[in-house]
Amino acid sequence: MQIELRILRFDPERDRKPHEESYQVEAGPMDRVLDLLHKVKYEQDGTLTFRRSCAHGVCGSDAMLINGRNRLACKIRVDQLKGRRITVAPLPGLPVMKDLVVDMESFFAKFRSVQPYLQADDPDPERERRQSAEDREVFDDTTKCILCAACTTSCPSFWAQPSYVGPAAIVNAHRFIFDSRDDHAADRLDVLADGDGVWRCRTIFNCTDACPRGIHITQAILEVSSKIVEHHA
Amino acid sequence: MIREHDAIVVGAGGAGLWAALELAKAGVDSAVLTKLYPTRSHTGAAQGGVCAALGNQEEDHWEWHMFDTIKGGDYLVDQDAAEVLAREAIETVIELEHMGLPFNRTPEGKIDQRRFGGHTRNYGEGPVMRACFAADRTGHMILQTLYQQCIKHGVKFYDEYHVVDLISEGGDLGAGGRASGVVAYRIADGELAVIRAKAVMLATGGFGRMFRVTSNAWSLTGDGAALAYRHGLPLEDMEFYQFHPTGIVGLGILLSEAARGEGAYLLNKDGQRFMERYAPKLMELAPRDMVSRAIYQEIRAGRGIDGKDYVYLDVRHLGRKKIDEKLPDITDFVRVYQGIEPYTDPIPIQPTAHYAMGGIPTNLNSQVTRDAANTVVPGLYAAGEAACVSVHGANRLGTNSLVDLLVFGRRAGRQMVLDVKGADMPAVTEAAAEPVRAELEAFRARPKGERKEAIRTELADVMMDDVGVYRTGEALERARAKVDELRDRYTRVSVDDKGTTFNTDLLEAREVGYLLDTAQTMVAACINRKESRGAHSREDFPERDDVNFLSHSLATKGADGAVALDYKPVTITKFQPKPRVY
Ligand SMILES: Cc1cc2nc3c(=O)[nH]c(=O)nc-3n(C[C@H](O)[C@H](O)[C@H](O)COP(=O)(O)OP(=O)(O)OC[C@H]3O[C@@H](n4cnc5c(N)ncnc54)[C@H](O)[C@@H]3O)c2cc1C
Ligand code: SF4
Ligand code: FES
Repeated sequence: MQIELRILRFDPERDRKPHEESYQVEAGPMDRVLDLLHKVKYEQDGTLTFRRSCAHGVCGSDAMLINGRNRLACKIRVDQLKGRRITVAPLPGLPVMKDLVVDMESFFAKFRSVQPYLQADDPDPERERRQSAEDREVFDDTTKCILCAACTTSCPSFWAQPSYVGPAAIVNAHRFIFDSRDDHAADRLDVLADGDGVWRCRTIFNCTDACPRGIHITQAILEVSSKIVEHHA
Repeated sequence: MIREHDAIVVGAGGAGLWAALELAKAGVDSAVLTKLYPTRSHTGAAQGGVCAALGNQEEDHWEWHMFDTIKGGDYLVDQDAAEVLAREAIETVIELEHMGLPFNRTPEGKIDQRRFGGHTRNYGEGPVMRACFAADRTGHMILQTLYQQCIKHGVKFYDEYHVVDLISEGGDLGAGGRASGVVAYRIADGELAVIRAKAVMLATGGFGRMFRVTSNAWSLTGDGAALAYRHGLPLEDMEFYQFHPTGIVGLGILLSEAARGEGAYLLNKDGQRFMERYAPKLMELAPRDMVSRAIYQEIRAGRGIDGKDYVYLDVRHLGRKKIDEKLPDITDFVRVYQGIEPYTDPIPIQPTAHYAMGGIPTNLNSQVTRDAANTVVPGLYAAGEAACVSVHGANRLGTNSLVDLLVFGRRAGRQMVLDVKGADMPAVTEAAAEPVRAELEAFRARPKGERKEAIRTELADVMMDDVGVYRTGEALERARAKVDELRDRYTRVSVDDKGTTFNTDLLEAREVGYLLDTAQTMVAACINRKESRGAHSREDFPERDDVNFLSHSLATKGADGAVALDYKPVTITKFQPKPRVY
């Protein structure tokens, strides 16, 4: 079938502001939006610019706004979008570098700010540190994050206050705060108790809806918030 | 603009990140350059596991792992390297756990282990539980964990810098020169940066994108290998390319061997577990080359599903609980990309181009070597899928690539730490960027020429059809002619995007050139190897021939642009070549 793809385009070398362009592409129901973007780029206009790598939802390169929702272009099929017209725009709230490519630097800086690495104070044992399956299960969900930014850039609190650390960083803090092998949960809780930390979350659930990895983000944020309350009590 | 570091690592997959970590921990001024954000590297796509003879589930020994690796590689493995791999697998996996990797756990809280193809107890008696894993996203966890540690240790990253050339002094790299830096294209604005260094490591991954059906990311275009080749270095064992048996039909997305490790069946159209006719002992867990060939045989005999070119992978009998706990991601892929429910339906699969056993030749310390005498290229290192130590020989066992990254990535880092001490900084000037600047400008300057896309697709078709699971002299000659034609057309490629901001059109054109180089060496090495060994299966030469071909091929760029082939002996220490039956 023929699909109309409406893409928000912007080339800083040519355009003063973003503008929508329309492309007609032939697509099957199982095609993904990424396939359609490739068709435009390879058959119609090589200047169309977007990031992508793995093409099966594991690398986090191609999160973008598709029909008004943040998703991975490689993980959303034409038949799931229903309808003959698909709109595509860059992730909201981050500076656009060109077409669908946004500047990710501030996003990664926030990720780094929560000390996203294991800090165990006891010396490394000869073999593995023991951890029960139950203890591991507590943070299993938040280990799945691929840092695609779909969550953070779907969050109204982030749009209103770009200094908000955002759901993705909290998810990654959660992953270590609840790891039984880690001894520095308190440091991360201090970072997140700050004015740009968890309290900016208004439990709107946009992040959870946007996450291509199905992470229960809002729940993770609530778990971190309770931990902060506990910690400061 | 010129920048300088004592050591630079090109590539931020598992191999590059571990090397970078060693450098940072030792306080060496170093940096990682990567064309993707580090967490986008394809190591993150690895699913099934990483083998180490921990013996957490049952008796196991590194010697058994070493033997399996050698036999799995059809005796083309360098046995000293396999020994290093099997021994150091244990310490590197433990070290990863210490770094925080969330492995699945046994009831005692140890690292959980499962079965994987070709990994056996007591030198081939039966499958052994050796693969350490984190659900079916082991690679994701390895990549994340190493990146996290790099943040902790303050590793410097040049994210979205595409390395487009290698620099040497005292002659080209293949002619005795010393590696002295790289030229990198900053994707954001097209600036060409010259970075000089005392040590340069290539960890750029594989080149599966030269095939039509592949498990590899779009970014896997053989950049490091092709650049090394262009500068006169040989590529080793390029004829050995692995086709993984279970890819999603058409798309090639991988469904990990972990599925079979957990007990999944392969079925033909008669519902028969056909592997019983090909590998009665290991069945579905035979090495990948054998399983891929078995699937092709079934299809040829008309026993593909509905007579078509695929068979079934069946996980239904594993039950929902096991599927959800051990194989959540791959079953999700099946739902999303095939629209099938694996709880209730068998999954259509076919072999998918997956892994390069060959690559840039290195020694046990991950130093690049340039000839059959293993002469070291000063200042140049390689590890991971881009390199060939060789621990995989003619066919890699599942999980051994991740082990390779860990063990030889770490060794590369440690060797660079030693080598940069006392070495002087090479004298490199901005002029080093000029040759590649001209090459890139040529794409922009041509008004309307060949389309890179057409060239890439035609290459992928011919490689898939004529240089795939089964090969013949005739098909290979056809492929050679086609690759030559495409190389000629490539000289006339033009791009639509003439700008400097995030110009992926331009960089993809560059990448097609890398694929053409690596494909050219692969075809030449295939034509010359008139035997069948591991993944290289010649229908016109169906037997392994140890008299003439128990040797590694080295493909070098000849003066006329054609590939020149040389051979070097395989290192054999403990295990004499035997027929390979499972
Ligand atoms: C789907 C899938 C599943 C797999 N599962 C397993 C498994 O279970 N067990 C196992 O052992 N192996 C597995 N493998 C194989 C294994 O994952 C890979 O071989 C391995 O991860 C490669 O790692 P690497 O560090 O060499 O390169 P990669 O992780 O591919 O990284 C390459 C890096 O190089 C950079 N780069 C490339 N070119 C340039 C350039 N020109 N300039 C700058 N940077 C550049 C990229 O940005 C990237 O950072 C799997 C492979 C696939 C595809
Ligand atoms: S939590 Fe989900 S949406 Fe957010 S960055 Fe991670 S994977 Fe993407
Ligand atoms: S391309 Fe990797 S997530 Fe879509």
